[in-house]
Amino acid sequence: MEIRRTPLYEAHVRLGGRMVEFGGYEMPVQYPTGVIKEHMAVREACGLFDVSHMGEVLLEGPEAVKNLNHLLTNDYTVMEDGQARYSPMCNEQGGTVDDLIVYRISPERYFIVVNASNREKDVAWMRDHISGQVKLTDVSDSWGQIALQGPKAQEILEKLTEKENIPEKSYHALFDREVGGIPCIVSRTGYTGSDGFELYVPASRTEELWNLLLEAGREYGLIPCGLGARDTLRLEASMPLYGHELSETISPLTAGLGYFVKMDKPDFIGKAALEAAGKPAQRRVGLRALGRGIPREHQDVYFNGQKVGQTTSGTHCPYIGGPAAMAIIDLACGEIGTKVEVDVRGRRIEAEVVKMPFYKK
Amino acid sequence: MHFPKELKYTKTHEWVRFTDENTAYIGITDYAQDQLGDLVFVNLPAPGDALTAGESFADVESVKAVSDVNAPVTGTVEEVNEELADAPEKMNESPYDAWFVLASGITGTDELMDADAYEAMIASEA
Repeated sequence: MEIRRTPLYEAHVRLGGRMVEFGGYEMPVQYPTGVIKEHMAVREACGLFDVSHMGEVLLEGPEAVKNLNHLLTNDYTVMEDGQARYSPMCNEQGGTVDDLIVYRISPERYFIVVNASNREKDVAWMRDHISGQVKLTDVSDSWGQIALQGPKAQEILEKLTEKENIPEKSYHALFDREVGGIPCIVSRTGYTGSDGFELYVPASRTEELWNLLLEAGREYGLIPCGLGARDTLRLEASMPLYGHELSETISPLTAGLGYFVKMDKPDFIGKAALEAAGKPAQRRVGLRALGRGIPREHQDVYFNGQKVGQTTSGTHCPYIGGPAAMAIIDLACGEIGTKVEVDVRGRRIEAEVVKMPFYKK
Repeated sequence: MHFPKELKYTKTHEWVRFTDENTAYIGITDYAQDQLGDLVFVNLPAPGDALTAGESFADVESVKAVSDVNAPVTGTVEEVNEELADAPEKMNESPYDAWFVLASGITGTDELMDADAYEAMIASEA
């Protein structure tokens, strides 16, 4: 597949970003400040992320809600304009095609944000499964996206726009606004576990907005952050990442996302399979290592010498100050406080099942 | 980035500081720590373990990844720098003070480079 660049590619190179391939895009994994400082900036001040690689899809028409409720496990019947709602999207077997966020622009217009690596798959899947009076448009290439994340995000944004352009409530967005004179959608969402915003901006003006934000945030300690910190932050906040905690064979129920699966809806793709499967035999848990070492993804987890599952993500988490991992293991060993062992490249390290999230603001 | 003249280097980015012709401290270079990023864990061998030139004897973990550290020479581990376990950031902050092991009975030094040759190799890789 051809490797794409976001509208901020040149800006990353100028800032000394170390570029790697992710989700089909060349993205900065870190800047010269390093992952730990970038992570801490988001928890204590503010960080700026390029998330333009994310895909954006418009779903419009009188039967838009009906189609959303068919495609997605969450319920979109009652929603207000500007509201954002997370959902897994299941396949017929109850596995997960992707996880995404749907914004209601108006009762017949919805803005859907999907994972970069799943964009083509999702668009094809949705096209194959929508029906009636509804139109689907992949608008990913028209939009850049910048995430401003951290306790100082609100103050920084207030330097560049009127208060009325800043959503007060989490998981709400304001459409057709301006920040620093640049048109954008201002959304109070994020993937870090800290307060913050995601700004959707026309691709052609993304770099201009990026520079304005960096400048405005300097006095608050704002620094650019790469995908490395994005991953450690989301893991510390115990947020699932598609391809790790979710996949075509991992159901949202196994991933512990039952809250977003409305089994009382009349129907949705995957419902029959989830019902037939009943209570999942395994589920996602949080693990903290008790021994020395860092559990990473795809390492076997043992309980009383028996293999009971595998880690899905794991790293050193800078703010909580130590390693943390998520794993999908047998339900019977999933109780908080259960001691298990993780095979870290041939060494068995003791770990404890702990409550998630590892970090909560 | 700097490469002290008194050290010897390997193409896999370790350094060697000889205290006499049979004994040396071993660590990773400034270039290595910069490439790896923030280091958060090191898994070291134990005193008495054998080192074989070119083979992994330790591993270091950054936030993102695990990397093997190869033995630059053949010999025996005399002493291990236990301080690194509690302060892995020392490998980033001062890579030439942050030694991993002190090795004795050293052989297999043929592949070692001096600072100029090492710096030239990095320049050609960049």
